[in-house]
Amino acid sequence: MKSVIKQEVLALNGDEAVAYAAKQSDVDIVAAYPITPQTIIVEKFSEYVANGEVETEFVCTESEHSAMTACLAAATTGARAFTATASAGLALMHEMLFVTSGCRAPVVMAVANRALSAPINIHGDHSDTMAERDSGWIQIYAENAQEVYDSVVQAFRIAENPEVLLPVMVCLDGFTLSHTLENVNVLPDTVVEKFVGTRQLPQVLTHEGKTASFKLDPENPMTVGSIALQNYYFEFKRQQEEAMRNALNVIKQVHDEYAQVSDRSYGDALVESYCVDDAEIAIICLGSTAGTVKTVVDKLRAEDVKAGLLRIRTFRPLPVKEIIKALGTVKALAVMDRAISFGGNGGPVYHEVRHVLYSADKHPYVVNYIYGLGGRDTSPEQIRKIYEDLQRILQTQHVKTPIQYVGLRE
Amino acid sequence: MTAREKSWKEISPAGVCWKPSTEFLTGDWKTYKPVRDLEKCTRCLFCVLFCPDGAIHWRPEKGDIEFDFNFCKGCGICANECPTKAIEMKLE
Repeated sequence: MKSVIKQEVLALNGDEAVAYAAKQSDVDIVAAYPITPQTIIVEKFSEYVANGEVETEFVCTESEHSAMTACLAAATTGARAFTATASAGLALMHEMLFVTSGCRAPVVMAVANRALSAPINIHGDHSDTMAERDSGWIQIYAENAQEVYDSVVQAFRIAENPEVLLPVMVCLDGFTLSHTLENVNVLPDTVVEKFVGTRQLPQVLTHEGKTASFKLDPENPMTVGSIALQNYYFEFKRQQEEAMRNALNVIKQVHDEYAQVSDRSYGDALVESYCVDDAEIAIICLGSTAGTVKTVVDKLRAEDVKAGLLRIRTFRPLPVKEIIKALGTVKALAVMDRAISFGGNGGPVYHEVRHVLYSADKHPYVVNYIYGLGGRDTSPEQIRKIYEDLQRILQTQHVKTPIQYVGLRE
Repeated sequence: MTAREKSWKEISPAGVCWKPSTEFLTGDWKTYKPVRDLEKCTRCLFCVLFCPDGAIHWRPEKGDIEFDFNFCKGCGICANECPTKAIEMKLE
């Protein structure tokens, strides 16, 4: 059943798309601190509050550490909490990111990806969110402003699902998405409000021996995030891993349900295959770079080159089965990393994709291309060169340089 | 740890306690134990108020205080605050 809902087309940049989605999602609290290139999100949302367009409690905190703490605290009372940050702001939240996921607080956060200092740089790369990939947060990387909008709406449903109960980061490339104006289709307020619904609270056993809704409430007192030492800490961590596994299905279900309403979908929600079904050479990347890669794939396909793209949309939880399945015919694979893992023998996406492929039946050649650090532009010509490298690898059956740098002056 | 410890599938999420903290006895943490001189003690209840763990109780029926050694961690604050120096910390 396809949608017949009339959608408005707005000219929004990625940040505005985030703020608009949050505005429609019946958020109880936004606690945030502005930082480039996320600032527009906070500015825009505070305008909604000042104009009386939302009933959200807006808390101007003195730091990102406090912003995340306030969101966590609000979420443990059963409230719907949202925030946004970037780069150093995310790094300052580091401690509280783990507390939030450990307290199973379904906070939703947009991260306008930006490089980490030093040298100081305000432009886009994935250093900030890749450094938090083990923080217990779901990570979704969007390709364009439309997907940013759609992903934020979906994120509340994913985070708050009782089988998941994990915080979600929606990642958008700094400036490339955060500050670039696009046509964005937005659903009517009532449709989003209905889709997101009210927060569901699972039942938990409290210290009084009662079963109560999982929230801090004087009527049913409970302790959240208590001390757990050698005897129980491990069990709580295992629960979080299980929640991540559950999230794989929930992310797909929410995405599919949203597709029914909006008539928009992004692959299977976990990965998006583009001309990869019969591809011999393929690129894997995250975020907005996929748009450039798709353009190059179209040109190569017109030249009868069996080139494809696999965009990982959901990086946490990592869609292991989906990656293996999608790359069935690929013989040479380039993994693009917009972050570097110093001394780690390649970037984080490369590590994980190579790790996933170890359990595949067939093993393609896998090479790593580190690119776009500090917002350096990556052109279609550079992407084409990567595909040519892959063709050469297939011809020579030899990988000369497994880890390469795109657009770097040697 | 008398009862069987639960598996990760059986416990509430997020460190939510399924039993009250009073079931976790912490008295064995102490090295020094408060010993009271009944002659010197005036039952002023300073120790009851100052005990950070609520481990000293006023028993009105006895007209006296009582140390709860299941929770007293031997911090010595009671001895320090006692106006008549009626409490001495002794090695257990």
